[in-house]
Amino acid sequence: MTTARDISKSVRDGNATAVDTAKSALNAIAEQDEELGAFVCVCEEHALAQAERIDAMAADERKKLSLAGVPIALKDNICTEFAPTTCASKILDTFKPPYSAHVTEKLVDAGAIIVGKTNLDEFAMGSSTENSAKCITRNPWDRDRVPGGSSGGSAVSVASGMTPIALGSDTGGSIRQPASLTGVVGLKPTYGRVSRYGLVAFGSSLDQIGPFARTVEDAALLLNVIAGADSRDSTCVSADVDDYVASLSEPITGKKIGIAREYFGEGLADGTRKQVEAALDKLRELGAETVEIKLPLTKYGIACYYLIATAEASSNLARYDGVHYGHRSQDAGDIVEMYSASREEGFGPEVKRRIMLGTYALSSGYYDAYYLRAMKVRTLLRRDLENAFAKVDVICSPVTPDTAFKIGEKSSDPLAMYLADVYTITANLAGIPAMSVPCGFDGAGLPVGLQLMGPAFSEAMLLNVAHQYQIYTNHHERVPS
Amino acid sequence: MVASLTTKTIVGLEIHVQLATRTKLFCGCALEFGATPNSRTCPVCLGLPGSLPVMNRAAFDASVRFALAMNCKIATYTKWDRKSYYYPDLPKNYQISQYDLPLGYEGYCDIDGDEGQSKRIRIRRAHLEEDAGKNLHDVPGCSLVDLNRTGTPLLEIVTEPDIDCAQDAFDFCTGLQKLAVYLGVSEASMQKGQMRFEPNINVEITRGGEVFRTPIAEVKNLNSFRAVRDAIEYESKRQVQDWLADEDYVFGKASNENRGWNADKQMTEYQRSKEAAHDYRYFPDPDLMPVTTTADWVDSVRKELPESPTVRCDRLVSAFGLSQGDADLIVADRGDAELFDAAVDGDKKLAKRMTSLMLGAAKKSANDRELTVSTVLPSATSWQQLVRMVEDGVVNASAGERLLLEAMENTAGEIDFEQMAKDRNLVQVQDVGQMSAWVEQVFTENDGAVQDALSNPKKAKAAPGFLTGKVMQVSGGKADPKVVRQLIAAKIKEMQTE
Ligand SMILES: [Zn+2]
Repeated sequence: MTTARDISKSVRDGNATAVDTAKSALNAIAEQDEELGAFVCVCEEHALAQAERIDAMAADERKKLSLAGVPIALKDNICTEFAPTTCASKILDTFKPPYSAHVTEKLVDAGAIIVGKTNLDEFAMGSSTENSAKCITRNPWDRDRVPGGSSGGSAVSVASGMTPIALGSDTGGSIRQPASLTGVVGLKPTYGRVSRYGLVAFGSSLDQIGPFARTVEDAALLLNVIAGADSRDSTCVSADVDDYVASLSEPITGKKIGIAREYFGEGLADGTRKQVEAALDKLRELGAETVEIKLPLTKYGIACYYLIATAEASSNLARYDGVHYGHRSQDAGDIVEMYSASREEGFGPEVKRRIMLGTYALSSGYYDAYYLRAMKVRTLLRRDLENAFAKVDVICSPVTPDTAFKIGEKSSDPLAMYLADVYTITANLAGIPAMSVPCGFDGAGLPVGLQLMGPAFSEAMLLNVAHQYQIYTNHHERVPS
Repeated sequence: MVASLTTKTIVGLEIHVQLATRTKLFCGCALEFGATPNSRTCPVCLGLPGSLPVMNRAAFDASVRFALAMNCKIATYTKWDRKSYYYPDLPKNYQISQYDLPLGYEGYCDIDGDEGQSKRIRIRRAHLEEDAGKNLHDVPGCSLVDLNRTGTPLLEIVTEPDIDCAQDAFDFCTGLQKLAVYLGVSEASMQKGQMRFEPNINVEITRGGEVFRTPIAEVKNLNSFRAVRDAIEYESKRQVQDWLADEDYVFGKASNENRGWNADKQMTEYQRSKEAAHDYRYFPDPDLMPVTTTADWVDSVRKELPESPTVRCDRLVSAFGLSQGDADLIVADRGDAELFDAAVDGDKKLAKRMTSLMLGAAKKSANDRELTVSTVLPSATSWQQLVRMVEDGVVNASAGERLLLEAMENTAGEIDFEQMAKDRNLVQVQDVGQMSAWVEQVFTENDGAVQDALSNPKKAKAAPGFLTGKVMQVSGGKADPKVVRQLIAAKIKEMQTE
């Protein structure tokens, strides 16, 4: 399996053409995706035009492109002016944005070739990619199982080798959880590190775009391209961006790794626990020191998260009403009927469930008890973590309580699905970076991920630790058959 | 026997003022009145998926200036909130506004009350928000939406219920318009709908020591001062009549209501009850950062505020002896007032003539060309030079006016009036010998008038004026009439004693 680093290098050096790399990704999609269902749209025309543009460049111009000719897949909630952006929702089925997201522009500028848009849980709401109006996405390690979600399509594109890298978005674990379930690297950056301009909002104070890759090095390479200031996003910070690739090779001797009991309690599957503990042994072997820490507020995370995320979502999704764009019901009488019929027809059940939850949480008389209280808990959770990071550099944990589950297994139990987010949502609530790195396989041969969380803007350090772990292990080299 | 009634109208106002920023509140689209529908839009103001708002700092600063001019306190921490409601002209189906932390609060504006007393109207709050678009219903069979106006910055000003009559509301609103224009924060054009008013009105009725209050009526979306006055007048009567017809028509029992103003019928019309308060589900907009201000910054903004029109008027009256009416006229336009202040430069001696020239010749010329006085007048220095030349007798008053008119024709700027007067041969002769010679000449040539002055009781008074005129003629208008008059009087006296 070829890495983004190698592809880019050979295109830069003139040993491969961008058209060839684009075509090989397009071929891989054509061969595999009918069965895997990772893509909702393949941008062949755009991809080949971009590839030809790169090949036509003067050699010294092409040498500056850090992702020259590298095929990449984008979650279909990231705006692309050359392809529809549907959020896997019927309500945006025909929506083609007149503009591209900040990250889309950055990728095109860096020479990446966007080959397609990937499936997700509708509006990124879900943990299995089953809540899609488009198609079923299958886990390449076991095609009867979910790839996780909501960025399931992007995870599968990378896990199956259709593209070496992909972008997803993470509101409560939507990058890390599918990365863990499909055995790839996934990173959610610090809130504000990557511009959200052009990312269709779910929970605005939680959403972050981040990379998927097979290797930590590729994830760092991709983060280098997308991170940084953007005047179009007021929440995007202008702090200097580290060179995430440059610091990868530093030794991790003396790094303090925090282990919180709260992340290894009831509900954690043995197969997952075993692999995560083995990974911690490996890190100790590499010179890191593990420290027991307490994160007593972890248990409030789920409730807090599902109030804030749904409240913001209920407001963010108010605009889909059939008036200006998107699905409009054909058999509505007056304007109010048109609103409700368009939304009734356009949204799937999970999205409706969350809009109702969020609307309720913001309603007069309930606001203080729900939304406001949740915001206070959020502050406390953040403080909890800040205290922890005064003592340790990284906090390690499992990403999910268990490995990939069967398609349809949890569809009738939304609460069980919500509870599986327990390890990932804290990073979103606190706005800190967190990543998933493959750390082995459970008894059923399904991938397990190790989560690393760090203080705000510590992406370089997280990537460094993960890279050191990865070069001394070979889990990432195993590919699904 | 019916107990006598006294009634008191109570009015609070909500006023929206559109700010005159170059671009919209949260995107870079131009603010332009009358552009082709939907041509001044972008993903942000269209509320497209994935777009994000970015605050226009100029709109915030202008709001702070306005709030300070209304004597408001300025919030040290304020934020943006989403106000949710569905309407086709509101593409996000929420409006970005400021809910519980307005940028300005606890201010006041004074208006002229009865007998020269001023009345204080307290300002409860002033906050910034985005305007919605416009629904167009003029195409049969369908409704269209124009989103050019979407995202226009609006300052919403809310007063305390301190207004007790329609005329005071009228005066307050016109005063606010003047202030907005004065500060340069808004064009405040009524024709362009840049100011909208919503008076909340009820009446306190006292009957034999018992007090009743009618329910509050909010008259929506008024767009002229006259409508504000008429609607309040109408409501003050209607509410009393409704109460007389049904004594349960009181606050708390009957519900508050929204009403609309029908200008044709000169009456308000019931729209809806406010019984079921709409739940706007306000919450802080996670896409925007809170805005903080420091006391130092607020002070610096306050220092840069122009003197308010009222204060300036009072100063012109007291410092320069202008009449209240003249002062009002000069202050009405900030540019005019600033030019006056710069040109008069504290010299009271110049003020009277400057005022009469500004409000006379200059105003006429400006009105003819639909310009303001300050744009047709020359620069403050040149303008002062001219007035000083007249005051010092370098040119006489009519020559001064002639120079001014000529200068205004080739619009303004720096003008060397001394040179101009020399070129036009208008500089008055100060040489008394020369003037005495002209007097001698006129006396010789006009013996009849001289005789009248000496011995005709009927014409003795008018004769010196006639002779002065003749001297001016002979001199070609260059003689100083003051000196000439003195010389003629002395000569007549001399002839009488001979
Ligand atoms: Zn715009």
